[in-house]
Amino acid sequence: MKLPFLIKKGAEASLYLAEWHGKKVIMKKRLPKKYRPSELDKQIRVYRTIHEPQLMHEAKKAGVPTPTIFLVDVKKTTIIMGFIGGTQIKQLLGKTVKSKRQSLCLKIGELIGKLHAHGIIHGDLTTSNMIVDNEGKIFLVDFGLGEKTKELEPRGVDLHLMKRALQSTHFRFAEECFNAVIEGYSKVLDVKTVKSILDKIKEIERRGRYIAERKDDWDD
Amino acid sequence: MKRENAGGFYCLGIESTADDFSVGVATFGGKILANVINAYMPEEGGIHPREAARHHAEVAGKVLEEAFTKTGIKPESLSIIAFSQGPGLGPCLRTGATVARALSSYLNVPLVGVNHCVAHIEIGKMKTRAGDPITLYVSGGNTIVSAFDSGRYRVFGETLDIALGNCLDVFAREAGLRQKVGMPFGAVVEKLAAKGKKLVPLPYTVKGMNTSFSGLLTATVNLLKKREHTLEDLSYSLQETAFSMVTEVTERALAHTEKKEVLLTGGVAANKRLQSMIRAIAEEHNVRFCVVPSEFAIDNGAMIAWTGVLAYKYAMVTPIDKSFVKLKWRLEEVEIPWIK
Repeated sequence: MKLPFLIKKGAEASLYLAEWHGKKVIMKKRLPKKYRPSELDKQIRVYRTIHEPQLMHEAKKAGVPTPTIFLVDVKKTTIIMGFIGGTQIKQLLGKTVKSKRQSLCLKIGELIGKLHAHGIIHGDLTTSNMIVDNEGKIFLVDFGLGEKTKELEPRGVDLHLMKRALQSTHFRFAEECFNAVIEGYSKVLDVKTVKSILDKIKEIERRGRYIAERKDDWDD
Repeated sequence: MKRENAGGFYCLGIESTADDFSVGVATFGGKILANVINAYMPEEGGIHPREAARHHAEVAGKVLEEAFTKTGIKPESLSIIAFSQGPGLGPCLRTGATVARALSSYLNVPLVGVNHCVAHIEIGKMKTRAGDPITLYVSGGNTIVSAFDSGRYRVFGETLDIALGNCLDVFAREAGLRQKVGMPFGAVVEKLAAKGKKLVPLPYTVKGMNTSFSGLLTATVNLLKKREHTLEDLSYSLQETAFSMVTEVTERALAHTEKKEVLLTGGVAANKRLQSMIRAIAEEHNVRFCVVPSEFAIDNGAMIAWTGVLAYKYAMVTPIDKSFVKLKWRLEEVEIPWIK
């Protein structure tokens, strides 16, 4: 394989597998987006390039495995980080048995709990952004849309996004998976906080179009 | 059914989820014979559900008549009556449903309740010959990124609060702009935005594959009241920011699902600037760009008629006692047996 090798053309960045000082690394390049005005585009790319490694570092301190950051090149809006050899949770969930699914989601819930307890919001909790390495350790990646806050609302949105990702991509077992996530989450945060976050999720769902308030509306 | 033997197979569709009352007629083969739209335009303020419903009741007869005149077919030749069963505004939906029930019982033909969001996707697919696209559906009431998977349209992202079209409409009203038939608020803002030059910084809110417009709207309206920027610049900045947000989430969903087509549908799909943005991501990912023709972008009866045909072919008939309207009927609740 010739390096650098494009392994994924994502929505906001291209990921290259590369070699850097003898190490296998991932080069995450946020390339300009033609569709948006250049000043807005640059602002977004620079902000996320600076922000993402900071959050990844914070996450690590909170006990959540993330790739090691080697270099941040703000000018080229490029981050060089350690390569995690493993499988995306997205690919794993559908192929495994119920008990394994449960234990994976429980662990994911714990990791999200640790992030939130340390005031970190991931911002894009999907099963594509979670990688299990060969030793079974789960890494969280893609913190570009994250933020630092301990407020209830962003925590609720974060978990709501996780739920939505399960419902759209893993619809066959979305409910059992999300319940396991919450179970793991509850291991880290105290009962009162968890309850208020769960209430918040319900509030967010009411705000959007997720709940049919009156199932049998019939009064002509 | 008896009327299938009567020559042509026609489905009449009634759309009345919000401010438009529309009747469309589609053949079973997918030809649109009529698409008559009558919009309720309040003198000021937004859509008052009761007032809009009154409008619908007033124009229903006229619109139906026009549709029949256009197609040249008699009511007796209809094989099915389809109607928009939800989601939408209660009083408006009920008015359309009442008309549909009356026609169905009078003509003794089956009634088919159609999901409004499914209809926007289906008409877009039919008109552009898209097969299995990732769809960005943007209108006054909805902002949804979806794709088909295992029997249903799955929702990958959507707005967490107000819809994109709603955001543009409220801004236009706050700016004192006027809309008229053929020139809705969205088109008025688009025209102003084309003259804007300066990009005013506004909140850009993307949460994974979801968006939020309420903060953006508040910030833009606040700036409007301060009168520091021209209306053209603000329109331009609002459009650029809001459209960049939906384009980013659509691209994220495209990368996530790896579909080979992108379809833009719904009322805001008529906006040329948004079209150019979605076209840009389609080109970048080397996938086909499809956009619904503007006649079928806004709420219309033709899309209901066509989706009614699709559903009817799979025996999805709605008995009268199950024909109550569903105000918050989600896209992903609907089974789609016609896609394999």
